Amino acid sequence: MTTKRGRTAWVLAALAPALFLLALLIGRYGIRIDETFRALFAPESVSDVIRALILRVRLPRALAAVCIGANLAVTGAAFQGLFRNPLVDSRILGVSSGAAFGAALALLVSAGTIGLQASSFAFALLAVGLVCLIGLRFGSAALILVVGGILVSALFNALLGLIKYVADPLSSLPAITYWLLGGLSDVRWATIGPLLALTGFGLVFFLVVRWRLNVLTLSESEATALGVRIRGFRTTVILVGTLLIASSVAVGGIIGWVGLVVPHVARAWVGPDHGRLIPVSIGLGAVTVLALDTIARTALPSEIPLGILTGLVGVPAFFLLFLRFLRVRGEAR
Amino acid sequence: MRLAAEAITFAYVPGRDVLRDVTLAVGAGDVMFVLGANGSGKTTLLDCLAGVRIPRSGRVLLDGDSIDRIPTAERAKRVGLVPQIHEPVFDYTVGEVVLMGRTPHLGLFARPGRRDWEAVDRALDAVGLRALRGHVYTEISGGERQLALIARGLAQGAACLLMDEPAAHLDPRHQHAAFATVARLASDGFSFVITSHQPNNALLYADRAAFLIDGRIEQEGAPIEIVTEETLRSAYGIEFDVITGETGPRAILPRVT
Repeated sequence: MTTKRGRTAWVLAALAPALFLLALLIGRYGIRIDETFRALFAPESVSDVIRALILRVRLPRALAAVCIGANLAVTGAAFQGLFRNPLVDSRILGVSSGAAFGAALALLVSAGTIGLQASSFAFALLAVGLVCLIGLRFGSAALILVVGGILVSALFNALLGLIKYVADPLSSLPAITYWLLGGLSDVRWATIGPLLALTGFGLVFFLVVRWRLNVLTLSESEATALGVRIRGFRTTVILVGTLLIASSVAVGGIIGWVGLVVPHVARAWVGPDHGRLIPVSIGLGAVTVLALDTIARTALPSEIPLGILTGLVGVPAFFLLFLRFLRVRGEAR
Repeated sequence: MRLAAEAITFAYVPGRDVLRDVTLAVGAGDVMFVLGANGSGKTTLLDCLAGVRIPRSGRVLLDGDSIDRIPTAERAKRVGLVPQIHEPVFDYTVGEVVLMGRTPHLGLFARPGRRDWEAVDRALDAVGLRALRGHVYTEISGGERQLALIARGLAQGAACLLMDEPAAHLDPRHQHAAFATVARLASDGFSFVITSHQPNNALLYADRAAFLIDGRIEQEGAPIEIVTEETLRSAYGIEFDVITGETGPRAILPRVT
C-alpha cells in the first residue's frame, strides 16, 4: 500500500520539473524549448527579448505560482488537521479578509506595489493576531478560534466594503476589484523576495514537524497526555501558516479553493498521515497553481484572473471528492 | 509503579471545586474503578492523575515525584490516558492511531522508524489486534477501537493507564473483551484507573473501587465491600437492590416501584 502510494508520489515529483519548464516555454510570445534552456543556462546566447521574457517575467512568475500553491495547500492541510475539520481552509482565521482590506487600502491611496504588499501582509497578520488575542483572552479552544476567525473576517469584509464605497469608481475601484480576483500578472523579481524567503522557511518548518502534526488531530487532553505542549505547538503552526498565507496573498491576491481542495485530493491519495500528507500537499498545490496560472495567462487573448480559474476548477473537484466521500459512507448514490 | 493523588482539589471556575480533597493511589497490577454519577468529577480526576490538569491544591505523585515537575515527555512514557472512544474526523489506520502513542519517544522534528513500528506491533499483539493494523480506524467496531486506544497507551510505554468510561458504547461481549484484556495486562504488572458508570462492572472486574460523589471520595476499598445500597443511594440519588451470591454482592439493580 505504502509502496504504491510512494511510487505515485515519485511520478508527481518527476512531473513537476517538466511542468515548470513547460510554464516557461509557453506563452503568447512563442519560445522554442532549446531557447528556453539556453536562456536559463547560457543567457548570453539568446536574444534580449527572449532572455528578458524568460528570466525577468516568466521565471519569477512561475516561481511565485509554485510558492503560492505550495503555501495554500500545506497550510490548508495543517489547519484542517489542527481544527479537526476537513472543511476548513487556510482562510479560516481571517487572514484573507485582512489581506484584502490591506491591499484595498493601499490601492485607495495609490501606495505602489511594495506598499500594497506591505499593507496586505500587515493586515493579514493583524487579522490573525486579533483572532489569537480572542483565543488568549477566552481560552484557545478550536471553536473559539473558529468563531473569532468568522468575526474578524466579517469585520474586515465590512471595512473592505467601506473602502470600495469611497473608492474612485473610475480608477481605484476597478483596481481593487481586479486585485481581489487574484492573479500573478504583476509578479517581478523585485516583488517576490519576501514570498520566496518565507516560503522557504515555512515549508521547511512544516516538513520537519510533519509527523507530529498528527497529534494536533487529537483532543487537547489526549495530546497533552502524549507529552506534547499542545498550545505552544498549535500556536506555532498557526503562526507559520499565517506567514505563508499572508505572504502569498500579498503577492497573488485572493486565490480560493486551493487550500481546501488540494489537501483533500492529497488525503484521498496517500491517507491522513501528515508524514505523507504534507509533502504530497506541497507538491500537488505547487503543480496545481502553476498549471492553472499557465492556463490563466495563455488560454484567452487576455489574462483570466487566477482566482476565477481556481474556483472554476476547485468547485467541481470538491464536489466529486465529496460525492466519493459520501459513497464510501453509503450516504449518496 | 505507584501513582497517587494526595488531597487534590481542582476547579475549572474559581469557587466551584470539581474535585475536593481527593486522595487515592494505585500500584503495579492494580485495577481500580472510580464510580460516580454524571458530573461527579471522574474525567477531571483522570486528567489530574495524567498530569494534563494541575490541581489547585494537593499533589499527584508518580513514584514519589510530583507529576507537574516531571518533564512532559518523560511523564507520557510512564502514564497514559485512554480516552472515551469517539468518531475521529480523519480515516487513520489502526496502526497509525497506535503509532501516535510513540510521540513522547520522538523529538519534535523526528518521524517514527522501524523501532516505533515494532513497538506498535507489540502493543497490538498485547490487545490481540495485530490483524487489524492496516484497517481503517473509523471502520472497525467500538470494541476494537477501545482495544486500539489501549494499545496506543501501551505503545507509549506507560505502565499505568487511565481509562475514561471504556464500557461506554460497548455491548456486554465487547465490554468483557476489553476488561479481560485489562485483567491480563494487570497480571503482567500494568496498573489501571478506570472510570465507570457501571457498578456491576466494578463488581466483576475491579480489585478496588472508589465512589466519587460530588467531587469527594466517599468510599474506597474492595468492590464487594463498598457497593452497598447506602452508597449507591448517595451516589446516584435513587434506591438500588444489591443482588448477593455465595461470594457476596454480585450485581445491582435500580429498585423499581
